[in-house]
Amino acid sequence: MDDLLQEFVAETRETLEALAGEIVAWEAQPADRARLDAIFRFVHTVKGSCGFLDLPRLARLSHAAEDVLAAVRDGQRIPDTALVNAVLAIVDRIGEIVEAIDAGVSLDDTSEDLLIAALAENAAPASAPASAMGHRAPARSVRLNVELLDRMMSGMSDIVLARNELARRLRDDDVDPRVEAALERLSGTVAEMRDTVTRTRMQKIDALFSALPRMVRDTAAELGKAVALTLEGSDVELDREMIEMMRDPLVHIIRNALDHGIEAPSVRRSAGKRETGRLTVSARQSGNQILVEIADDGAGIDVARVAAKAVKMGLYSAADVDAMSQAAREELIFAAGLSSKDLASSISGRGVGMDVVRANIEQIGGRISLTSRPGRGLVITIQVPLTLSIMPTIVIGAGGQRFALSRASIDEIVTARGDTVRIDAVGDSAIATVRGERLPLVRLSALLGLPQTGEPGTLAIVGTRDGSYALGIDAVLDTEELVIKPAAPAVMATGLYAGQSLPDSGLPMLLLDGAGVATVAGLRFDRAIGADEQADTEAAIPAVPALLFEDLDGQRRAVPLAAVDRVETVEASSIRHVGGRLRLSADGVIVPLYSVATLEGRASLPVLRLTDRETDVAYAIAEPLDIVDLPTTMACANGAGTIAGVVLIGEEPVEVLDPLALFAQAEPEPADPALCLLHDDGTGWMDQFLRPTLEAAGYRCVAAAPAGQRPAIALSLASGERGAGANDPGVPVVRLRRERAAAREDTTVYRYDRAALLAAMADTIATRRIG
Amino acid sequence: MELYLIAHIAGRGVAIPTEQVDSVVDLGDVVAVPCAVSSVRGLSALRSRVLTVIDTGTALGIEPMPDSCRRAVITRIDGHHYAVLVDSLDDVARYEPLSLSSGLSLQHGWASAGRGLVDRDGDPLLVLDLAALVPGTHKISAAAA
Repeated sequence: MDDLLQEFVAETRETLEALAGEIVAWEAQPADRARLDAIFRFVHTVKGSCGFLDLPRLARLSHAAEDVLAAVRDGQRIPDTALVNAVLAIVDRIGEIVEAIDAGVSLDDTSEDLLIAALAENAAPASAPASAMGHRAPARSVRLNVELLDRMMSGMSDIVLARNELARRLRDDDVDPRVEAALERLSGTVAEMRDTVTRTRMQKIDALFSALPRMVRDTAAELGKAVALTLEGSDVELDREMIEMMRDPLVHIIRNALDHGIEAPSVRRSAGKRETGRLTVSARQSGNQILVEIADDGAGIDVARVAAKAVKMGLYSAADVDAMSQAAREELIFAAGLSSKDLASSISGRGVGMDVVRANIEQIGGRISLTSRPGRGLVITIQVPLTLSIMPTIVIGAGGQRFALSRASIDEIVTARGDTVRIDAVGDSAIATVRGERLPLVRLSALLGLPQTGEPGTLAIVGTRDGSYALGIDAVLDTEELVIKPAAPAVMATGLYAGQSLPDSGLPMLLLDGAGVATVAGLRFDRAIGADEQADTEAAIPAVPALLFEDLDGQRRAVPLAAVDRVETVEASSIRHVGGRLRLSADGVIVPLYSVATLEGRASLPVLRLTDRETDVAYAIAEPLDIVDLPTTMACANGAGTIAGVVLIGEEPVEVLDPLALFAQAEPEPADPALCLLHDDGTGWMDQFLRPTLEAAGYRCVAAAPAGQRPAIALSLASGERGAGANDPGVPVVRLRRERAAAREDTTVYRYDRAALLAAMADTIATRRIG
Repeated sequence: MELYLIAHIAGRGVAIPTEQVDSVVDLGDVVAVPCAVSSVRGLSALRSRVLTVIDTGTALGIEPMPDSCRRAVITRIDGHHYAVLVDSLDDVARYEPLSLSSGLSLQHGWASAGRGLVDRDGDPLLVLDLAALVPGTHKISAAAA
């Protein structure tokens, strides 16, 4: 708001100065209509601005004066000396208040009633109050018109070119180092000046935001909705022209959000939301881009409705729409002529659709995207370059000529000779396959009719609104920030260029229009929304983030981040070997703990707490290292275990833990583990070899039944002696044999067939229970 | 009497009203504009300004100007600067504008660019409207396909 106020003060002061002469002339000749009009316009403007800026005193004064002057204009009042004096007193007073606002001092307002009263017919002339002037602060801002700024910019470019010319000439001769030093200094100053001049074009985005609260309030009131607006990042700076270009799209999106997005209070209540809708408009700078985000907590996009409408309007066939991804269907709101509301309303249905909004944003080199959460709201993100006039570009060579391409339009640059790229002729056109993704190939020099130097050496993957394509070029020469100007109509008529520029080389350069090149080349992306999405998902399998850590044995290992609940440091004393394995007791619960090496000698150590929401396990590590994206290719580990496989991270092979295996091993043990009686044959084989497997499977193994407990099952070796307890007929027995091959009608289980053994045991117990 | 710049284009003398003339220069390098209409020879820089260079011969529908042609008349149309190539420049002088002689049948581009005549010591010179030489915005997308 400060900026606006500053502007108001500057503007009013300027007008007052210009008006001073008019006032004197009007005083001398009250019947002079032109003077009257000038003064009327002044008080009218002040009144308008005051309402906006919330300056009630000025509003009251200017309103009173405007009323009287309107009466004079209509011929209802005669501009006699008393009236003229009263109006002038008010104009003076406005000037004083404005100065006071600027200086930040307060001004006594007692005499203002008198001033207003003096405007009335037959009023006694008010004695002009003693002027409170005297604290007029020196102005620290000036107003310039854009033309002047543009001339400054072009003058600046001239200086840069002249500097380059001079440097070139000097390089040719042997030059006195002192001259060189002077040139150095000149170069530095010129660069600095260029930055400064560029900055004169910048303005806080507050200029765009400040009008929003009022607009949201009025629109919401009109719709009978309650909306709370939050503005963030008002101090982000943006090119003045850019701010103007953003105004309409922003207003349109906000009106849409209020009209279509945020529901009526009753609907919100029944949906379990707060009655007051929330709208957040935020701006932030990200590199040389400005991101403006409009987020509401309304209903989101009614995708089904939008899709149905698109089909109805014949934009797409039902099959097309069915084949589209959710995101592609949401994007349909950008299709021409689509609006999810069936009836155009006075708020947002003014014949302007989101297609126009998108076109406007793209016209200034920006992009627009959306994220819809059905029932929970919609976030629209506008991404625009920091400034209209300076654009980061990539300079490319094709057919011996240089062209610029906006860096924002290029997704990627790959060399055509790389392993990941294949170029195939398809009919009379060509397709480039880049890492499995098929893209139409446009050979730039051929398209432009320039001499061709064989196959293009480099492919620039150009993203357009409708789809991506590969642009075959000779080489990437440079990256440069260019001042882009519109080119002559005859040049723009080709549809290939977005503008022209004069880089430091002094030779004009054309800026290619990525979308225009695609159009001229005859590329059609009609079906691209559906098909392209598919290609996209293939190409970009979302990377799985993983936690990289150093394990206790010094190895680096990784575990998928989704499995990690948290990493915490625990006392070594809270880890005990109990119940057959290491367990961590923490927060009143006991969880199984894995450790690849001994914990001895550590007072405390970090552990990974892994969870699949049902089972919790802990994994002791030496140190968490980093969060990394797991490569999609993984060499499978040899044999089952807790290692899922090996991936390359950086240059190093890293083992990836298999959380599934960890959880599987930690399957919640039955509260009362089944008691298993082992009838060993005296060699200790069962105790040493079988027991761990059985315990891992959830059995509690004993060599002799404890007093008062009946084993759930007993194991014995087919050839072995029956031990004690076998006499208990209530205990089912599974018998193991030594031979791999089974004799006919043999119910014994081969003793090394772990799976069969466990199955037989589970089976036997289950049968027993039923029986 | 009005002020005219006397120039030679395709071997013929023409008179250009000086209010259309921004300046007169010898152009530096010209960068081609692929796919543009043939009367656009390319772009050239004049200080920090980019000029669109017009091949006057082609624009008039006669022979293209020779490649060596560098002399140009700078004119500003709709905010864009154009360099209109000429063979040579003679003079700036005041002449009385005359209407085109009745019965005179101009061919090619001369017909649309000719605005009248001036009499230079007995030689009639065609008054040329530079704006008529500058190609407009007519779409030529077919040419590129």
